[in-house]
Amino acid sequence: MPKDIDAKESGIGAATKRREDIRFLSGTGNYTDDINVNGQAYVHFLRSDVAHGRISSLETTAAAAMPGVLRIFTGADFEGVGGLPCGWQVTDRFGEVMQEPAHPVLAQGKVRHVGDPIAAVVAETPEQARDAAEAIELEIEELPAVIDMKAALQDGAPKVHDDLTSNLCYDWGFVEENKDAVNKAFDAAAHVTTLELVNNRLIANPMEPRVAVGDFNRATGDSTLYTTSQNPHVIRLLMGAFVLGIPEHKLRVVAPDVGGGFGSKIFHYAEEAFCTFAAKALNRAVKWTSSRSEAFMSDAHGRDHVTKIELALDADNNFTALRTDTLANMGAYLSTFAPSVPTWLHGTLMAGNYKTPLIYVNVKAVFTNTVPVDAYRGAGRPEATYQLERVIDKAARELGVDPIALRRQNFITEFPYATPVAVEYDTGDYVATMDKLEEIADLAGFAARRAESEKAGKLRGLGVNCYIEACGIAPSNLVGQLGARAGLYESATVRVNATGGIVVMTGSHSHGQGHETSFPQVISSMIGIPEDMVEIEHGDTNNAPMGMGTYGSRSLAVGGSAMVRATEKIIAKAKKIAAHLMEAADADIELKDGKFSVAGTDKSVAWGDVTLAAYVPHNYPLEEIEPGLEETAFYDPANFTYPSGAYACEVEVDPDTGKVTIERFAAADDFGNIVNPMIVDGQVHGGIGQGIGQALLEGCVYDENGQLLSASFMDYAMPRADDVPFYQVDHSCQTPCTHNPLGVKGCGEAGAIGSPPAVVNAVVDALQSAGKPVTHIDMPLSPARVWAAMQG
Amino acid sequence: MYEFEFARPTSVAEAVQALGAEEAQALGGGQTLIPTLKQRLAMPSVLVSLTGIAEMTGITTTGDGAVEIGGATCHADVAKGAAAAYPALAALAGQIGDPAVRNRGTIGGSLANNDPAACYPAAALASGATIVTNVREIAADDYFQGMFTTALDEGEIITSVRFPVPQAANYQKFLQPASRFAMVGVFVAKFAEGVRVAVTGASEEGVFRWSEAEAALASSFSPDAIDGLTVAPDGMIGDIHGTRAYRAHLVGVMTKRAVAAAA
Repeated sequence: MPKDIDAKESGIGAATKRREDIRFLSGTGNYTDDINVNGQAYVHFLRSDVAHGRISSLETTAAAAMPGVLRIFTGADFEGVGGLPCGWQVTDRFGEVMQEPAHPVLAQGKVRHVGDPIAAVVAETPEQARDAAEAIELEIEELPAVIDMKAALQDGAPKVHDDLTSNLCYDWGFVEENKDAVNKAFDAAAHVTTLELVNNRLIANPMEPRVAVGDFNRATGDSTLYTTSQNPHVIRLLMGAFVLGIPEHKLRVVAPDVGGGFGSKIFHYAEEAFCTFAAKALNRAVKWTSSRSEAFMSDAHGRDHVTKIELALDADNNFTALRTDTLANMGAYLSTFAPSVPTWLHGTLMAGNYKTPLIYVNVKAVFTNTVPVDAYRGAGRPEATYQLERVIDKAARELGVDPIALRRQNFITEFPYATPVAVEYDTGDYVATMDKLEEIADLAGFAARRAESEKAGKLRGLGVNCYIEACGIAPSNLVGQLGARAGLYESATVRVNATGGIVVMTGSHSHGQGHETSFPQVISSMIGIPEDMVEIEHGDTNNAPMGMGTYGSRSLAVGGSAMVRATEKIIAKAKKIAAHLMEAADADIELKDGKFSVAGTDKSVAWGDVTLAAYVPHNYPLEEIEPGLEETAFYDPANFTYPSGAYACEVEVDPDTGKVTIERFAAADDFGNIVNPMIVDGQVHGGIGQGIGQALLEGCVYDENGQLLSASFMDYAMPRADDVPFYQVDHSCQTPCTHNPLGVKGCGEAGAIGSPPAVVNAVVDALQSAGKPVTHIDMPLSPARVWAAMQG
Repeated sequence: MYEFEFARPTSVAEAVQALGAEEAQALGGGQTLIPTLKQRLAMPSVLVSLTGIAEMTGITTTGDGAVEIGGATCHADVAKGAAAAYPALAALAGQIGDPAVRNRGTIGGSLANNDPAACYPAAALASGATIVTNVREIAADDYFQGMFTTALDEGEIITSVRFPVPQAANYQKFLQPASRFAMVGVFVAKFAEGVRVAVTGASEEGVFRWSEAEAALASSFSPDAIDGLTVAPDGMIGDIHGTRAYRAHLVGVMTKRAVAAAA
């Protein structure tokens, strides 16, 4: 157990065990696939098996006559229905808005990636639907596909969308006004380090595949969608307003227990719109459960950047400027938040932990005949961190200086700090986290461990890096200026029952994060009642107020803050009631340990006396306040939060095979205040596991025709337990966020952001220590790639 | 899956009869066939399970000291039951897949399927095993005929596999990172009359004997004997996990390691 899991027994700071795990570990969770509606039918999607083509014939008559088939839908059924909307509009460096293609629910005329849905068969059983889908007579005139981003941007390249001018979605420059100054700084630099790298395409692969159940009540005209979502209200808004034209009061979206998302369940997908649409059309509930194979070709993918980064340094090794050129793959359509990931979630983080005065980021977003790419754990920030921390490492090696010393020399040390990429870090202490890292990683003992490895014939390497991220996304007015088509506040309703128990309905959504445990800890501390007097409800638009959901490590920072604000209203009202009961002035009432007392007296009433009075208002100030005790708050943060940290990885490389094993991994994070240190440990562990997966194992690969070669777990390597070490994690460095009431920063993505560069830096260090002139290897660092690099 | 009939005979004779049906398919532990059926890549009329046939399970030692394993014996049983008589074979069985695979998958199923990345073909070929079927006995050297191809006739059932026990043997497997099948697996077996080296995972032709290594090891059974020997990358598997040249290289590395472990 880490040191900071201390004796605190409950409330903020306690390592309370996750209450939701009782149902998850005992098989009594309620996932979307567990939901079955009376009389439900099943849909099977006929998907394109070519990357690019024109549908020349689609004949469904014979298939529709097969046993159990209720109806076969095609793109023609969705003419006049909206397409899937994009939630973020990026403006390019010339002031023009991005190219935004239509994204039909079912293909209309053309297919644009392997997996693009063409037709949907609804039948009495899943098997009958699949049988009929196989009987559909489909002819596709195959067209040349564009897979490689550079090729996609060349003149005369086949166009993914015929009605767009090219495959370029946007050409974004940031900060465009700084471009000339940056170039001048490079001209004046004493040293320039250049690195070209790929941030590999990933497939999220949450344990639970996507599921949707659409239902329709003919008597009321109400539609209901049960779906695997991280943000049910957003789905209700997007699907209701933009796709199907159902007003929110006639549409309920429920996201019950969700088995992992990692970003891939943020987005609005065709299948859930289809099930909602078809349920109404057929007056039958319609269910879709993704197979794992379908998930590989229909869940949004992540990352997929190709970058050239240049770092300019002066003669004293101070960073003077940074310049990047990135191609970012959008895939065949714009997924819900895709345009924001390589821009506002990436360019704004390019300063990292360093006081580089001049930065220019260019990003060209490209359409290709591949699955759409969108946010995946970290979303833009891992891409920024990876290239920055890799180029700094390369610079240190070129200059022959210690990589840690070079970083320390260039750290931002004064806060608040306004970066040259438009954000202001409120707090941080990068020296403290680096100091802590050197301690917990036992960097002093590395030389001895390297000698031991050498005796065993292995090459040992050490990689260190820092990271900064922007979490708690974020102020609505700011993101609105940046192109978001949504606000990014969060909501909570705190309902106190007559006997004092509390139900919180939050707009945040837990799909593994442990909100049902950590959120009650906050209220427990605020009121002084046991944690088990508080329950959290989430995921049902009929209960919770309009909320924006969970992603970007925002739940506690934004959703938790909304809950704090609502609870503050509860406490203020309860104090009035208590004052009335004790015939004292409101201002004299103190709340401690679940008891209201009058300052300077021994008079007190219990929490339960006050809550009962609120609902049985016999002795109650009815002329001043309403009965009842229920409050709602919406919280819109003033800024992002900026967690940061320093990571160290030690690897062994087998020189005969190129196989890399992670021997040690240490993470020193600054998450500000911490509500549940055990949950934070778990989030960091999981994030590092995913980062190691990206660095060593995971790679989504298409062939030149757009066939997905890594289309199953036989070829897409997920990290297993024996791929990762026991971690040394520490989050005792705490510089609380200054602008949210909890002083929290967010911890969900840090591990996935901070760990890939540590792994790659370590492998490069191992190889260079053996005299191999290797300066970079692209992820994943598979044995074959590392071996090939060693051969020169 | 498509619909199919299911038969679970209790004798080889009944199984042979059931497999006489049109489009009948034998089912061992189903570790390849069931996923294939789920993906609708096969459409048998009837699945004939071989796991209910008592005479096809178990491990015995024959009069001449060979280890004979029933065709329907699962990997976990071989890992335990052959540990004393043929430790290298037992160790190989204990490294196949994961516990679920090892408790379902069978030796007969593996050899009949002859996946180019399967482990058992390397053991059978390096040991000079005899594949015993309901109609004949087939020497391992004649049995493996390329990727997913064997000497078995339609409806022929592997009832057992007979392994001569070498003086020394070892299997070294380099894992494909995703599937954890053998990217390259090398089984080295030293007999009084010579050394046999069988390589799985690497070749487009499936399991093969590396005769140059066998000759070198016959004169000196030591890792150094492999130095300077290479297999040609031509004909090796090249895919997203490794090039032909990489697999050819790994054949040498894994052979040396197997010899080192066996010697």
